Amino acid sequence: MQLELSEQDAAFRAEMRDFFTTKVPQEIRDVVASRGELSKDDIVTSQRILNAEGLAVPHWPAEWGGRDWTPLRRHIWHEEMQRACVPLPLAFNASMVGPVIAAFGTQEQKERFLPATANLDIWWSQGFSEPDAGSDLASLRTTAVRDGDDWIVNGQKTWTTLGQHGDWIFTLVRTDPEAKKQRGISFLLIDMTSPGVEVRPIELIDGGHEVNEVWFSDVRVPAENLVGEENHGWDYAKFLLGNERVGVAPVGATKRVLAQAKEWAGDALADDPLLAARVAELENELLALELTALRVVAHSTDGKPHPASSVLKLKGTELQQAVSELVVDLAGPASLASGAGDDSTVPQWARRATPAYLNLRKASIYGGSNEIQRQIIARTILGL
Amino acid sequence: MDFTHDDEQKALAEAVRGLVTRTYGSYEDRRRTVRDEPGYDEKLWTGLAEMGVLGLPFAEEDGGMGAGPIESALVAEELGRVIAPEPFLTSVVLAGGLVAATGTDSQRAEVLGAVSAGELVLAPAVAEPGRPMTAAASAVRATAAGEGWTLEGVKEPVPHGATAGRLVVTAALPDGGTGVFLVDGDADGVTRTGYSTHDGGRAAQVRLDGAAATLLGDGGDATEAVSAVVDQARVVACHQALGAMAVALESTTDYLKSRKQFGVPLATFQALTFRAADMYVSLELARSLATWASMVQAAEPGSTGDTEPADAARRAALGTSRAARHVGQEAIQLHGGIAMTAEYHVGNYVSHLTALDHLLGDGHQHLRALAADVGDHAEVDPLP
Ligand SMILES: Cc1cc2nc3c(=O)[nH]c(=O)nc-3n(C[C@H](O)[C@H](O)[C@H](O)COP(=O)(O)OP(=O)(O)OC[C@H]3O[C@@H](n4cnc5c(N)ncnc54)[C@H](O)[C@@H]3O)c2cc1C
Repeated sequence: MQLELSEQDAAFRAEMRDFFTTKVPQEIRDVVASRGELSKDDIVTSQRILNAEGLAVPHWPAEWGGRDWTPLRRHIWHEEMQRACVPLPLAFNASMVGPVIAAFGTQEQKERFLPATANLDIWWSQGFSEPDAGSDLASLRTTAVRDGDDWIVNGQKTWTTLGQHGDWIFTLVRTDPEAKKQRGISFLLIDMTSPGVEVRPIELIDGGHEVNEVWFSDVRVPAENLVGEENHGWDYAKFLLGNERVGVAPVGATKRVLAQAKEWAGDALADDPLLAARVAELENELLALELTALRVVAHSTDGKPHPASSVLKLKGTELQQAVSELVVDLAGPASLASGAGDDSTVPQWARRATPAYLNLRKASIYGGSNEIQRQIIARTILGL
Repeated sequence: MDFTHDDEQKALAEAVRGLVTRTYGSYEDRRRTVRDEPGYDEKLWTGLAEMGVLGLPFAEEDGGMGAGPIESALVAEELGRVIAPEPFLTSVVLAGGLVAATGTDSQRAEVLGAVSAGELVLAPAVAEPGRPMTAAASAVRATAAGEGWTLEGVKEPVPHGATAGRLVVTAALPDGGTGVFLVDGDADGVTRTGYSTHDGGRAAQVRLDGAAATLLGDGGDATEAVSAVVDQARVVACHQALGAMAVALESTTDYLKSRKQFGVPLATFQALTFRAADMYVSLELARSLATWASMVQAAEPGSTGDTEPADAARRAALGTSRAARHVGQEAIQLHGGIAMTAEYHVGNYVSHLTALDHLLGDGHQHLRALAADVGDHAEVDPLP
């Protein structure tokens, strides 16, 4: 057992800290710091700066831009990005479709898509969920029917995050309607400019436009865009969702907001013992979460996920939400002023407090809801 | 940074587990042992001494094994798994730790050699009636008497105070500050009234009426030294609680699988399995904090970055207090009536967890201290 980072890992941390705070434009990092909404340009610019330095997709195979880092180094990389308010590489590209293509794609698919995916030349959307297929994803009904060298796709995806920016969408489609639920599903890449693809916005409770419906009407997709084997899409989806050990819990970002919250609280932190106790308790729970994340990455050298990794998503989202709730309470009546402009007497952080709080309710719903996480813990860890 | 135990540490844990399960293989063995005096199994105590466990934290020059906080934590966790009533935590870690921290070379060698050999049980007389746990003594006053000292006042509850060979007493010094004293258990002026604690342990009221005492060390205020030893003991207590919580959870999941109601195993009901999942989350988060705190205790002084050992102990103890209550209360509830009986083990585990929670200061006390300091730092960085 040993507390300190090795000299090399400590140097690595310093190097990351230096890069993120000096090479990614301050204006972009300011948007993250103020919990504002990043533009498409901000996200693309930032990812390209990272990619030029080999810092966008370090977890990919080395051949395609990966760095062969230890899980600990990936953890440090991920935490330092959040700490420095650097937008994380687009998850759909870096954590989802990229690793799937790298693991299961053909050589042509890899050459065609991976470099462009790492550099965010292609913006990917995730087309998994459907109106009637949420937690029970395998009940999805969007179909792809073979027609010569093409697949013809019909159906509807929903909740498609930032689909309005999407160039391509990776989808799960039913290619064998006869097979048992999970069996008849394939993993298909679809160009969103294809005729018959329609993206319709969904407005969320924070007033933002973050998700969409994506409709497919007789969309022709070349057969070469199927990843891996026909009817094995469910395996790839499971690989995609279970792939990550690093960055499961948004530790760094939540820590940063809590540290900011102390500043926003001002004198109240010293004057109000109930507030101080609430902050201290949250800080301690976050520490426990961070240490659990460290235990998980430090243990994962043998390739098997550490069982405790399943607590990260559950507790990580709860704490992220609890801190956002704290910020609304700090703002008090000023938290109503979400629509006020910069000439308002209400500071920017207080204007952002409620939209951020409302928006973050999503965190315990997507990516496997917290109920599904409890189910996983109960079944796979506790054997219930 | 490394959260794993080395082979020697693993072997130690295994050896201790082997030894204690020979004595407490079934819960009935423990029940029988705590019914009679001295409230623990003297053969097991001798076995632990022969294995070197009772001298684990003491320097080799003092007759100990020269191991550290990590090893003590491992032992405590194994004892916690069977809620062994043997006074490792109070006699060895706390009282022995006070002697190690404050005694002169010859005092340490004399006392700790005997403790390590299992020939002498010490009782830590630190807690004072009606006050929260504190290192600064006031209920017992020390007066210089010729070459030696006499003590006046009451300590309670003193773990194993009625049967221990010697008492290690914190007392207010005439010129201010706190001294640590050795008092023979059967000296004139010592009145000891022993009783059982709710978890089958032993404690006593110790009344000192001019009892002759030996000052440990060369005089001067020992408040800080006492504080540091209490912190070390807190972390070891956290690990003892982890062992007990782990078994409480295991027993609960076993019970959910085997107990049938309405014609089906209780594990059929998601309302119950989700609560078991939450118990697991609490346990793992507490484990992360306690493990980290023991690493902070083990690190070279000054090498722990922003983290003070006292702060780490408080954070671990707060997290453990929260977890112990959650896991304990749910363990009883999910068992139903059976866990209310003295015959079944789980309720007694909860009783022991409650005792550990309060022995050295509870979650409320730790949170108050953390809340008072919460404005002093932006965030908590666990790695130096
Ligand atoms: C803001 C946002 C962005 C999203 N972005 C994307 C995206 O980009 N691409 C994409 O494909 N999807 C996306 N999703 C969809 C997301 O993955 C689903 O919302 C999620 O899978 C849950 O499905 P559902 O909303 O249909 O809820 P349901 O599955 O209908 O669940 C309703 C409630 O029942 C609970 N529940 C469900 N099953 C069980 C069970 N077996 N046991 C106990 N409780 C259960 C759930 O936890 C929840 O509380 C997004 C969702 C949101 C909110």
